[in-house]
Amino acid sequence: MTAAVRIRRMGPLPQVTMRAAPADRALRGRLGAALTVAPPTTPNTVAEAADGRLHVLWLGPDEWLIVRPEGAGPDVAPAQEAAIHDAAADAFVTSVDVSANRVGLEITGRAARPLLAFGCALDLDPRHLGPGCCAQTMVARAGVILWALGAEPTPSFRLLVRPSFATYLETWLRDAEVGLG
Amino acid sequence: MTATTQTRLPVGGDRIDRSQPLAFAFDGAALTGFTGDTIASALLANGVSIVARSIYHDRPRGIMAAGPEEPNALVQVDWPSGVSEPMVNATTTPLEDGLHVRSLTGMGRLETAEDGSRFDAVYAHVEVLIIGAGRSGRAAAAEARAADPAARVLVLDGDPTASGDGIQGDTTVIGVYDHGYVVAVQRRPDPRTEGRLWRIRAGQIVLATGATERGIAFADDDRPGIMLASAATTYIRRYGVRPGNRAVIFTTNDSTSDVEAALAEAGVVIAAVVDARQDARVVGTRGDAQGRLNAVDIARGDGRHETVDADLLLVSGGWNPNVALWTHTKGTLRFDERIAAFVPDAPPPTTPMTAVGAAAGEIDGLGTITPLVVVPPQVDAPTEDDWATHYVDLGRDATVASLRAALGAGLESIEHVKRYTTIGTGIEQGKTGGVLASSITAALLGQDVGAVGVPTFRPPLVPVSFAQVAGRDRGALSDPIRVTAIQPWHVAVGAVFEDVGQWKRPRYFPRGGDTTGESMDDAVLRECAAARTSVGVMDASTLGKIDIQGPDAGRFLDRVYTNTFSTLKVGACRYGLMCKPHGMVFDDGVTSRLADDRFHMMTTTGNAAAVLDHLEEWLQTEWPDLRVRCTSVTEQWSTVAVVGPRARDVVAAVCPDLAVANDAFPFMTWRDALIADVPGRAFRISFSGELAFELNVPTPHGKAVWEAVLAAGAPFGITPYGTESMHVLRAEKGYPIIGQETDGTVTPQDLGMDGLVSKKKAFIGQRSHRRPDAIRPDRKHLVGLLPIHPEALLPEGAQLVAPDADLSSRPVPMLGHVTSSYRSAALGRTFALALVKGGRERLGERVLAPLAGPHGIEAVITSSVLFDPENRRRDGEPA
Amino acid sequence: MLLIPCPHCGPRNETEFTYGGQAGIAYPAAPDALTDAEWVEYLFLRHNPKGRWRERWVHAAGCRRWFDLERDTLTNEIHPGTAP
Repeated sequence: MTAAVRIRRMGPLPQVTMRAAPADRALRGRLGAALTVAPPTTPNTVAEAADGRLHVLWLGPDEWLIVRPEGAGPDVAPAQEAAIHDAAADAFVTSVDVSANRVGLEITGRAARPLLAFGCALDLDPRHLGPGCCAQTMVARAGVILWALGAEPTPSFRLLVRPSFATYLETWLRDAEVGLG
Repeated sequence: MTATTQTRLPVGGDRIDRSQPLAFAFDGAALTGFTGDTIASALLANGVSIVARSIYHDRPRGIMAAGPEEPNALVQVDWPSGVSEPMVNATTTPLEDGLHVRSLTGMGRLETAEDGSRFDAVYAHVEVLIIGAGRSGRAAAAEARAADPAARVLVLDGDPTASGDGIQGDTTVIGVYDHGYVVAVQRRPDPRTEGRLWRIRAGQIVLATGATERGIAFADDDRPGIMLASAATTYIRRYGVRPGNRAVIFTTNDSTSDVEAALAEAGVVIAAVVDARQDARVVGTRGDAQGRLNAVDIARGDGRHETVDADLLLVSGGWNPNVALWTHTKGTLRFDERIAAFVPDAPPPTTPMTAVGAAAGEIDGLGTITPLVVVPPQVDAPTEDDWATHYVDLGRDATVASLRAALGAGLESIEHVKRYTTIGTGIEQGKTGGVLASSITAALLGQDVGAVGVPTFRPPLVPVSFAQVAGRDRGALSDPIRVTAIQPWHVAVGAVFEDVGQWKRPRYFPRGGDTTGESMDDAVLRECAAARTSVGVMDASTLGKIDIQGPDAGRFLDRVYTNTFSTLKVGACRYGLMCKPHGMVFDDGVTSRLADDRFHMMTTTGNAAAVLDHLEEWLQTEWPDLRVRCTSVTEQWSTVAVVGPRARDVVAAVCPDLAVANDAFPFMTWRDALIADVPGRAFRISFSGELAFELNVPTPHGKAVWEAVLAAGAPFGITPYGTESMHVLRAEKGYPIIGQETDGTVTPQDLGMDGLVSKKKAFIGQRSHRRPDAIRPDRKHLVGLLPIHPEALLPEGAQLVAPDADLSSRPVPMLGHVTSSYRSAALGRTFALALVKGGRERLGERVLAPLAGPHGIEAVITSSVLFDPENRRRDGEPA
Repeated sequence: MLLIPCPHCGPRNETEFTYGGQAGIAYPAAPDALTDAEWVEYLFLRHNPKGRWRERWVHAAGCRRWFDLERDTLTNEIHPGTAP
């Protein structure tokens, strides 16, 4: 019998924050070409590259987090930064390798939304937080980037959380599981 | 099958299951009830009529109601889980097998043992929330679903038997807040969870909470045997309980005709009906030796008086719509003369809310109601004593005499009257006595009841335990415990930890571990000695780190630091001071230039978030034209600090490709380096005055690098040290710690750092350094203190006075206070840092720290730099 | 629990935000030209109105952007403002 929800601490995720003025459409075009997908301008959405191996999460009006596949290795983020700066040319674009700055907790299963509802005040209904949505918010007392993937009836979520909070958050979620009944 | 007691009816009771008897005890007596009983219905079924003694007047009291409006039947319950709980409402608490219940006088006893029950909380979002699953609530739910089939419609009701599509029973809404936020408590959502707090955001709210009957104030209106009329109906029909044998009914309205029918079903003799609309009144009651009702005094409209034998007096003074939730977030009420009660008027300004059914004042079956609230004493010139048994709020022993005293004291606002009399401040929060009090107050003031109003209702609507509100956020989960990547090593060797904000940081590393090892004093002396004579190592990963990028990065830092950073060369590091506009020191740290347009800022651990917030605020709201962006990288890097004369040897071993000689790697510079084969950065920064290297690697590599450093340092006796030793080492050098030597009122000049305050460029806080208060000559300066007795340890925070101060004067003039105080291995004695008025002009003078007991500690004021003032140790040359 | 409308992320619980007080207080262009009294007014003196006024918030646990909105201090009715 499958458990209603599974919580997994993910392996290393290469991550790069990228900041660029969204109003510069030519720049966005160049960055989109370098990333193979346009950085989203709709708040709290995620753009996925065609091969599924790159995601761009909207974090703010001029801020994105680029996430590469779990375990892809330590060279991916620096190469990503180089590609961004080549595309940027003279425009004011900044990037930072933040691969170690957050770790991923993956929550998968039928009861993923009810479990998160114990600690997250957002409207988790799939109509409001379906696959392709993300949000910076709190789960329990930890700040996270909440990222929705996977369709009903077994959705999955990634919580990107700072490593110093990861043990607390994982402990909190496993404790909350008891309340699923 | 238990034999029915004389007050349990042989048949009937739609809530009880007579096939499932339960055993319980009340005040030591073994009793039985049925599954489905409340504690109160079971007590009544066993012929128990006295359940409490009143809180101040010690009067015997019985069960008056059948819901949260009950003022008397608040009992002490010893739960099977082993926890004892006071002031449990017997009328709303289901009976359980094995309960021990005790009557109370007053408030009962709080449990001191921890309750192991599990409480949790959940968030929910709905388009429509309906409070109350009665007829009107269910109709509203159907209407909402028909209007929008996609809407989430939730109906909540505190009744455990409420159920159905979209209906959640055993869930009581306790508060309504702004913007449709509602909090409710659900009892036993699952077998392992005792209670769940629901935090709901609702698009609209429908109040379908019904109405509650209220009483009438008359002499001796509080005897056991006196009940709200509809409560009798509830006990008869729901629980199969006959609440008495001979009843008098005192009513102002038609709702009691249903009560008469129920009494007849139960075989209760109706000895008299006292209808206020025919000018009949109950004017008093009499009781037996225990105080239980045994007769009722009646005054008829034609002037006749009669005394009727009765053990049950059922009172209906009218019905109050349950409107408290309407007013929690500023919905208003108006007085409806038709039903002589308050009804919802204007909805709350931020929450779309409507009221339906009895909650809206649409109360069926009232007929014509006469608004009688109080029956005056039957004497020509009543004294205050004659009002003293006209109880209005039984739970607070507050009477009409209390109200008269409040008005006699000159109070006129119902809010003041509430607080003076405490009416409405007890467990039932005015559900029975509130409107009574407003009506009596209005009559005494000669005003309309509507003008007097009712006091503001506030959450919670019914009592909620702190354990319920805390939910899972208690004990180890009460706040995040933040740890570095090196933490497992610290734990394994038995480090003793201290809390630094949410972080656990090793405070010291006792030899032999945390249970049998050396004392903190011994450990710190050993750790400091090792750092100054050989090499120590510290986990500095918690320090704040911010990446600052852009063509205007240098200009930006010039504005936020008191000193200049735009001139810092690539590869160099500089200590900076940061102030807020009020000129007081806010944070400090070392910032390094990584490139022309890139800096790596370090902040104190505790201020990491606050500094980033500060930078963002100025960039976004004042200087949006600056091309700078800031990113937190506090957790991108683990930091291992290698400190002491042998540090260079250790770093050379761990970073074989790095040129570590002093001329190749000078003080206050940084280098890219392969650290134990991990690409990272090494910074020559010292917080101890010793030769020191801070090795930064991406966070997950921190523990491996730490272990590599320990291995490389083994030949030199490398010694891990914690925050306590770190504090001592920096204090010996006079380095201030933000939040220890500073408290938000200390300027850079106070710290003796005027040299770091640029005279050439504008920075945040600069204008404030010219304020008269900032340039007062008697401002406190950071100085060192050496106690006259070299073993005497000044307490941190100790006040400092002149040695000849008259300690009996009030006040004693205060010269300053001790900010840090330690035993020093390097100095071989104690020392302290302090803030002292005009301290820098008083070097060599003495101060006294008065302490409890006969003697204080006298100390000499010195320079704040007590060790190696010429910084000879910094580059690692022999001292 | 106020619901604060972040202009980017939409409405969120007030616990995701830090309050910034009165809006529209610009850092003086020439602090040195101000008298001590004028400087203290900039530093410390703020309105405290009963009723609707303009205030600042920052979405600290979210997109971390500052913005203004109008709120009625009596009723807590909120009227979205603009990003600065």
